[in-house]
Amino acid sequence: MASVKLRDIRKTFGRTEVLRGIDLEIEDREFVVFVGPSGCGKSTLLRLIAGLEEITEGDLLIDGQRVNDTPPDRRGLAMVFQSYALYPHMTVADNMGFSLRLAGATKDERDRKVREAARALQLEPLLDRKPRELSGGQRQRVAIGRAIVRNPKVFLFDEPLSNLDAGLRVQMRIEIARLHESLDATMIYVTHDQVEAMTLADRIVVLRDGAIEQTGTPLDLYNHPENIFVAEFIGSPKMNLLPVRVKTVSDDNVTVTLPDGGALDVPVKSDQLGADEQVTLGVRPERMRISERGQFVGQVLVAERLGSETYLYLQIEGGEMLTIETDGDSLARIHDRVAVEVKGENCHLFNSAGEAVGRAD
Amino acid sequence: MMTALTKTRRVNTLPLITPSVLVLFLWMVVPLVMTLWFSFQRYNLLNPSVKGFAGLENYKSLVADSALWTAMLNTLVLVASVLGVTVVLGTLLAVLFNQEFFGRPVARLLIIAPFFVMPTVSALIWKNMLLHPVNGLVAFLTRSLGLEAIDWFGNWPMTSIVMIVSWQWLPFALLILLTAIQSLDNEQIEAARMDGAGASALFFFIILPHLKRAISVVVMIETIFFLSVFAEILITTSGGPGLATTNLAFLIYIRSLLEYDVGAASAGGVIAIVLANVVAFFLVRTIARSLEEG
Ligand SMILES: Nc1ncnc2c1ncn2[C@@H]1O[C@H](COP(=O)(O)OP(=O)(O)OP(=O)(O)O)[C@@H](O)[C@H]1O
Ligand SMILES: [Mg+2]
Repeated sequence: MASVKLRDIRKTFGRTEVLRGIDLEIEDREFVVFVGPSGCGKSTLLRLIAGLEEITEGDLLIDGQRVNDTPPDRRGLAMVFQSYALYPHMTVADNMGFSLRLAGATKDERDRKVREAARALQLEPLLDRKPRELSGGQRQRVAIGRAIVRNPKVFLFDEPLSNLDAGLRVQMRIEIARLHESLDATMIYVTHDQVEAMTLADRIVVLRDGAIEQTGTPLDLYNHPENIFVAEFIGSPKMNLLPVRVKTVSDDNVTVTLPDGGALDVPVKSDQLGADEQVTLGVRPERMRISERGQFVGQVLVAERLGSETYLYLQIEGGEMLTIETDGDSLARIHDRVAVEVKGENCHLFNSAGEAVGRAD
Repeated sequence: MMTALTKTRRVNTLPLITPSVLVLFLWMVVPLVMTLWFSFQRYNLLNPSVKGFAGLENYKSLVADSALWTAMLNTLVLVASVLGVTVVLGTLLAVLFNQEFFGRPVARLLIIAPFFVMPTVSALIWKNMLLHPVNGLVAFLTRSLGLEAIDWFGNWPMTSIVMIVSWQWLPFALLILLTAIQSLDNEQIEAARMDGAGASALFFFIILPHLKRAISVVVMIETIFFLSVFAEILITTSGGPGLATTNLAFLIYIRSLLEYDVGAASAGGVIAIVLANVVAFFLVRTIARSLEEG
């Protein structure tokens, strides 16, 4: 029904280049999430697709049609804004029906479509209220309802949940996922919350400084980050990164020297690395285990108990910090010394340029 | 507990606010009572022998005098016309000045400047430099087009006064409406654009409703000032020709300071107060309602 294709899209504001050549194909009914740190150009990219900003260079195609110069309302898109952007002087029903009214729909048709959308979002009792008489979550639903009424080919969301409290955010996340399921629409969603990205996306696009760092399914990014930036950005708490030195290289195996002098075999493609090279070893906190035979020994600086799990922040010999995830009822306490074990197959290696060394499979 | 607390507080604050309330009360009431008192007196500065209680005589002669009704009508026409001009033009200019264009800071300064010119001076500028049938800029323009010069104050007296007062108050309306427009959330405009709103739909469905409150404030404040326009009339037309531009304020001036009839002038003053209150009552009520809907 609706595919979106970006070909070498660039955007400059005055002299600053905010987007530096974005190539991306979004398929019909796909749920794509743009993530990245603040200021990386996520919103700008979304606004370019929406038609709210002009594209400096490159082509934007919706369903194969070049729409660079098509005004926003004729692109067949609907956008949900971070601030909801409801019209304060109109009732909920009028807000939702505004686009139909401008398009010249009859009152009956407008009412019918608004009711339909309101039913799907449990907004029916609120149709006669003004936006200021609604809670944050209800406003958010109205904003989504306003988008649904237009029956767009593509939904655009710019951090729609960032103004909600944690509980409501989880609830709305589920609702958006259900909506995607039931509407069969293409959705493009911007967030800097990586939990939202992981849970909602068919495909995640990680942006940094106006360029795509990596595109892939959530698990793809989690298991096979292509560089240190993506490795650190996806996953919570962050991946541990340790500077290590390559000791020996053999077929499909690289042995590195750990800070304490011990050795660890990492099963990665070895042809790119040479002995004695300085590399970065990456291990996710949830892949580390407290164990007598641990390679790392460190002192607990902070213990965060979340109930279901505990995060320990260790300072290991050599001064490096490590984060590990352990059981909720862990007995480790501050100032304790604990030993942590990692398995080579759970580790990532990054070369001196920060790029991942491919896994040997 | 709670009531005890508020009770002690009321007892404690009363003596503190009493003096200022008292002063304000006297400030308001003494002139009012004096005006009322004079309006029931025979009191002419030219003839001290005429004195004593007049009853409703002053009012009767005023009401019987068609000048009062003309003045009242003129007052309303003046207020309504200037309100219309300043609000409509102010809104359009606010939309314009909200856009980026070359030379905006200078243009903004220029359009706000008239507000800082005192009424007498601006009336003189209009009378002698702009609308003068021989030396005026407008006459020069019409002449250069081959048309006859217009005797503005002779043939279009009320229009001229409306122009002058509008020129002075347009900056005020513009300033308030511009700040209001600037507080309009940009995402709302973008959302409307995505909903398919063109320039006019944007104006009527988004910008105008957003400005409703600010427009009410402009109308309320301007009305209070326009009910008592005086200097512009005195300097340009002196209320004429005939009574064409005599409003209530000017009529009171004529009665008290040209005819020295303090009694009749006071009666006129009381009528002005009544008129102002009637206007204010309807105004405040409609505006309060629109603010509530907000
Ligand atoms: N209208 C503009 N004029 C100039 N620079 C702009 C404009 N809009 C955005 N930028 C710049 O473009 C860059 C990207 O902005 P953008 O809003 O896309 O970031 P973002 O990824 O959405 O960040 P956040 O997560 O904080 O919302 C920023 O450095 C910002 O300063
Ligand atoms: Mg943003």
